[in-house]
Amino acid sequence: MSGLGRRKIVNIVAMSLASACAAAGLFLLLVILYDVLVEGAGSLRLRLFTQDPAPPNIPGAGGLRGAFLGQGLLTLAASVVGVPVGVLGGTFLAEYGRHYKICRLISALSDMAVSIPSIVIGTFVYAVLVKPMGGFNGWAGAAALAVIILPVVLRTTEEMMTMVPWSLREAAFALGAPYCKVITSVVWRSAMSGIFTGVLLAVARVAGETAPLLFTSFNSNFFQLGLNRATPSLTVSIYQYAASPYETWVETAWAAAFVVTFLVLLLNVAGRIFIKIKKVG
Amino acid sequence: MKGGHLKNQIFRTVSAAASASVLMLVVAMLVTLFVQSLPAIRRFGFFTFLTTADWNYSKEVYGALRPLFGTFLSTTLALVVAAPVALGTAVFLTELCPGRLRGVVGTALELLAAVPSIIYGMWGLLVLAPFLEAYFQPLAAGSLGRLPLVGDFFQARLAGGVNLFTASMILAVMIIPFISSIAREAMSQVPPMLRESSYGLGATRWETVRWVVMPHAKMALAGGVILAAGRALGETMAVAYVVGNRHAALDSIFSPYTTITSVMANEFNEAGGLQLSALFFLALLLFAANFITLGAAKRLLGGGK
Repeated sequence: MSGLGRRKIVNIVAMSLASACAAAGLFLLLVILYDVLVEGAGSLRLRLFTQDPAPPNIPGAGGLRGAFLGQGLLTLAASVVGVPVGVLGGTFLAEYGRHYKICRLISALSDMAVSIPSIVIGTFVYAVLVKPMGGFNGWAGAAALAVIILPVVLRTTEEMMTMVPWSLREAAFALGAPYCKVITSVVWRSAMSGIFTGVLLAVARVAGETAPLLFTSFNSNFFQLGLNRATPSLTVSIYQYAASPYETWVETAWAAAFVVTFLVLLLNVAGRIFIKIKKVG
Repeated sequence: MKGGHLKNQIFRTVSAAASASVLMLVVAMLVTLFVQSLPAIRRFGFFTFLTTADWNYSKEVYGALRPLFGTFLSTTLALVVAAPVALGTAVFLTELCPGRLRGVVGTALELLAAVPSIIYGMWGLLVLAPFLEAYFQPLAAGSLGRLPLVGDFFQARLAGGVNLFTASMILAVMIIPFISSIAREAMSQVPPMLRESSYGLGATRWETVRWVVMPHAKMALAGGVILAAGRALGETMAVAYVVGNRHAALDSIFSPYTTITSVMANEFNEAGGLQLSALFFLALLLFAANFITLGAAKRLLGGGK
C-alpha cells in the first residue's frame, strides 16, 4: 500500500511540474506579446506611416514611411521570384521527377536549405550581388529573401501534391489529357489550399527577416520607389533604433515592432484559417 | 494532340529547371563561401583558425575559437533551460490539458514560433536584460558566486545586462515553442492503444508518460531538440543584440562575449581584406554546422516512425 501511495505522490509531483512548465513557458511568451502590444500600440502614431525618419530626441516628429515602402517592395520582389520558381520546382519533384534519384537529393537538399541560418544567406548574396555591384542595393536584399522563400515553397508544394491521390490523375489521363493539363487542372486544384497556405507562411517568414538584409539592402533614410540603391526596411530600422540610446528612436522601434509582429501573425492566422475552411468545404 | 505534347515538354523542362535551381543555389553558396574564405584559410590554416582565440584588428590575427565557444556555450545553456520546460509543456498538452484548451494553447505556441527573431531580440535588450541584471545577477552572485573555485564565474563584472547569460536565456525563450510543438506532435502520434494498455495495467499518468509515451517518441523528441539546437546556432538578431560582442576571455557567465552570428552581424559591414575573409570562413562553418545538425535530426525523426 505504501508503494501505491509513493507512486501516486510521484505522479502528482511530476504532473504538477509539467503543468508548471507549461504555465511558465506560456507566461513568458505572453509577457513578450504583452510588452510588444502595450509599448508598441502606445507609441503608435499616424506619423509613423507618413513621415521620414527624424534625428533623435525631437519629440513628436519622425516616422518610417520609407521603411514601410521598402519592406513592401523587398517582400514583393522576393515573392514574385521565389514563389513561382518554388511552386514549379515542387511540381517537378512531385510529378515528372518522382522516380529520379536526383529529385530525392534535391528534396533533401531543400530541407537543408530551409534551415540555413539566414545570416549565411546574407553573406552569400553580399559576395554575389553587393560586392560586384559596388554597393548595397535593394535587389540584393530581395534576392536574399527569395533564396529563403524558394526551398520553403518548393517543399510545401511537393508535399501537398504528393498527398493528392493517384486515382484522380488516372481519371484525368483516361480522358486523354496531357500530363501538363493533368497537373494544372487537377493536381494543382486539389492541392491549392495547402500550397497557398505554404506560400503565406513563407512570405510571413521573410517579412520579419532582418539578418539577410543587413549586408544586402542595408538601410537608408530616403523615401524611394525602387530597389537600385540601399533600401530601408522595417526590421533593419528596428535593429538600429532599438539599440540606440535615444528615447524617441526606441519608441519608434517599439511601434515598428508592433506593426511587424501584427502583420506576421496576421499572415500566419490567415494561412491557418484558409486551410481549415478548405478542409471543411 | 501534338500541341498538347509540345506544351507538356515545355512545362516539364521549365519545372525541371526550377527544381534544379535549389541544387545550383546550394552548390553556389558552398563554392562562394569557400572561395571568399580562402585568403583566411591560406593565411591561418584550417585547424589553426579553429583553435586561435585572438581576434585582433591591429595585428591582423583572426581566430574562431571564441566565437565557436560562445555559440556552443549559449546554445547548450539555452537547450538545458528550454528542453525540460518544452517537454513539460508537451506532456501537459498531450496528457493533462482539457480538449478545448489544447487546440488554443497548441496554436498559440505555433504562432509564437513564428514571431520574428528581431522582436525577441529587441525584447531581450529592452526588457529581459535590465530585469536579469537587477534581480537575477545579484541572486546568482550571492549563491553560486560564493562557491569556491567556480564562484568567480558567476560574479557580474560589467554593468548593462548585456552578456552571455542573457543571450542564452533569450535563445531559450525562442526555442521553447519550437521544441514543444515538435514534442507535442511526436507524443500525440503514440497509438492510443498503448496508452490504454498502460492505464489498464494500473499505471499512473506519469508512469505512462515515462515508460510508454517517452520511449515510443524518444527518437522524434531527440530530433526535435537537435533541430532546435540548429536553430539556436544560427540565430542572429536576438543574440547580436544582447551578447555584447566582446573579444576577450570569458571570465564570467555575466560578461559580454561573442558568438559566430554576433561577430558577423556586428563586423561584416565594416570589415575588409583578411577580416572579411575570416567572417566568410565563420559563415562557412555555420553552413556546415547546419548540415550536420539537420542531417542528424532527420535521421532521428525518420527513424522514429
